Amino acid sequence: MYVAVKGGERAIENSLRLLAEARRGDPAVPELSVAQVREQLRLAVDRVMTEGSLYDPDLAALALKQARGDAVEAIFLVRAYRTTLPRLGYSLPLDTARMRLARRISAAFKDLPGGQLLGPTFDYTQRLLDFALESPSSPPPAPEAPASAAAVPGVLELLAAEGLIESHAPEDDSVEPPDLTREPPAYPASRAARLQNLARGDEGFLLALGYSTQRGYAHSHPFAGEIRHGTVEVELVPEELGFPIVIGEVELTECQMINQFAGSKTCPPQFTRGYGLAFGHCERKAMAMALVDRALRARELGEAVTAPAQMEEFVLAHSDCLEASGFVQHLKLPHYVDFQSELELIRRLRAGSGAPAA
Amino acid sequence: MNAPTALASVRRAGERTRYNFAYLDERTKRMIRRAILKAVAIPGYQVPFSSREMPLPWGWGTGGMQVTAAVLGPHDVLKVIDQGADDTVNAVNIRRFFERTAGVRTTTRTAEATLIQTRHRIPETPLTEDQIVVFQVPVPEPLQRLEPRETETRRMHALADYGLMHVKLYEDITRHGRIATSYDYPVTVNGRYLMSPSPIPKFDNPKLDRSPALMLFGAGREKRIYALPPYTPVASLGFEDHPFEVQRWDAACALCGSRESFLDEVITDDRGGRMYVCSDTDWCAGRRAQGERA
Repeated sequence: MYVAVKGGERAIENSLRLLAEARRGDPAVPELSVAQVREQLRLAVDRVMTEGSLYDPDLAALALKQARGDAVEAIFLVRAYRTTLPRLGYSLPLDTARMRLARRISAAFKDLPGGQLLGPTFDYTQRLLDFALESPSSPPPAPEAPASAAAVPGVLELLAAEGLIESHAPEDDSVEPPDLTREPPAYPASRAARLQNLARGDEGFLLALGYSTQRGYAHSHPFAGEIRHGTVEVELVPEELGFPIVIGEVELTECQMINQFAGSKTCPPQFTRGYGLAFGHCERKAMAMALVDRALRARELGEAVTAPAQMEEFVLAHSDCLEASGFVQHLKLPHYVDFQSELELIRRLRAGSGAPAA
Repeated sequence: MNAPTALASVRRAGERTRYNFAYLDERTKRMIRRAILKAVAIPGYQVPFSSREMPLPWGWGTGGMQVTAAVLGPHDVLKVIDQGADDTVNAVNIRRFFERTAGVRTTTRTAEATLIQTRHRIPETPLTEDQIVVFQVPVPEPLQRLEPRETETRRMHALADYGLMHVKLYEDITRHGRIATSYDYPVTVNGRYLMSPSPIPKFDNPKLDRSPALMLFGAGREKRIYALPPYTPVASLGFEDHPFEVQRWDAACALCGSRESFLDEVITDDRGGRMYVCSDTDWCAGRRAQGERA
């Protein structure tokens, strides 16, 4: 009886087979291909790539298929794979001003150099269920503007030219940015370390924190200065060549928030920045990240740290979906030794207080 | 910690794998070994390390697994327990992982093992100098529940400013008449660092003191490693008038009759029926085998 309540190898093996069956679902329904997930569930793929911190749409799609569509589980699969990969090198900083744009909007200016480019967005769909999608359909091709090769400067650079917004020079060029997958976190963290953490941080967590800054918890009056989505070339300088070569391109979403800043005795009033970046088309994530990035700059900008979104340790230590999911769910593991210890203690305490024996 | 040998030969025959011996690559193992060496040099001090993502959820033993992977050699004999038992699902899973990725011999016998990875217990069978115990640690910082900010707790450790913990234990006494901590009971290591023994029952705390076996603690999610080198003095906190004490049971193990081991309570029916059995399954099985022979 006692042994029967314990797990064991056979239970695990049977559970894995049940899981494989559940993943497949009704065998009468055709199986989903990885390519279908990659092409038709692209935003889920993008989220897995972003929080999995690995740019590989095929692997992310495979992970989503294996994870039965659960984003966090798919992110886990990608991260556990990524952690085994060697580091071959570091790319040059990406130049998002040279992004081949699919979408670019600014909420700060009605029109601006490079124009507003709506691109594919849910924003104006009216959210009516499209029952036509119940059967296979091919949408007619969308009209396309001729591609422009010219770089489109960021909105914030236009403001920077006038000195109205802080420049965004790295804190100190001589300091290599840390790699949070290769070094333990240290507090206080540099902005580079914070941005790395936020970039792979859980979308829901950052969304809620970002939202809280709009409701009076660390209010800093944001404007969506610019949101752009498109593809950027990745360049690497191989040691044996000594000059940069393009090794591929990645799809990115970038958000630059413009935030209020009153200025100080030594510094005239100036707008400040919050920055968000995500792989693929993760606009909600990039915007939330930009809000939280700005909130976390409180100490640097001399603001009082009063709200959760400003508390560096609180935000950074709880942003990772895998750390949170793992530790919350570890409560499923047996704890009967500790529980037995607590039982023994509570019985002793109750006996001491004269409570009736259970 | 044996020297690595021809690693391919110890893998399961025919299994296609592109993973290194014991999963982690050698550079990562070196990084972890450095952290372990530092931890051994400063007993009880939490050494930050760049914890890797493991193919197991954070909080499920990733720190213990990384420490095990870093010190495991092909000739080691590995035992994995959870709640004292070899056959709980997570213990089975971790043991399977190292069988699969390192091809090492595994055992359930405490005396046969050279390396024991554990969650929440220390085996009842006395350990030896030839053994290493690796603890899975969920929360390495003993002060975290009193002060969640690491920037603060780091300072408190630096200054050996542990008043907060003593006040907590004192408040227990004023409220309950006794110290109301039954597991993860804080200890002072070598008269210096306050340390979490991991969530072992306080029953196991005396086994930490001057243990002949090297004890390594891995916290993967919190990215910390700490250690008790062999024969390190480890004192459980207490007061002169409220000294540290361990749990006692009025019952004996229903299977082997042991009165000196940690007992799990098993509910046998819905009318209040219960029995007590050893949490350490190897200890219990050994005693029963001995009893049958006698």
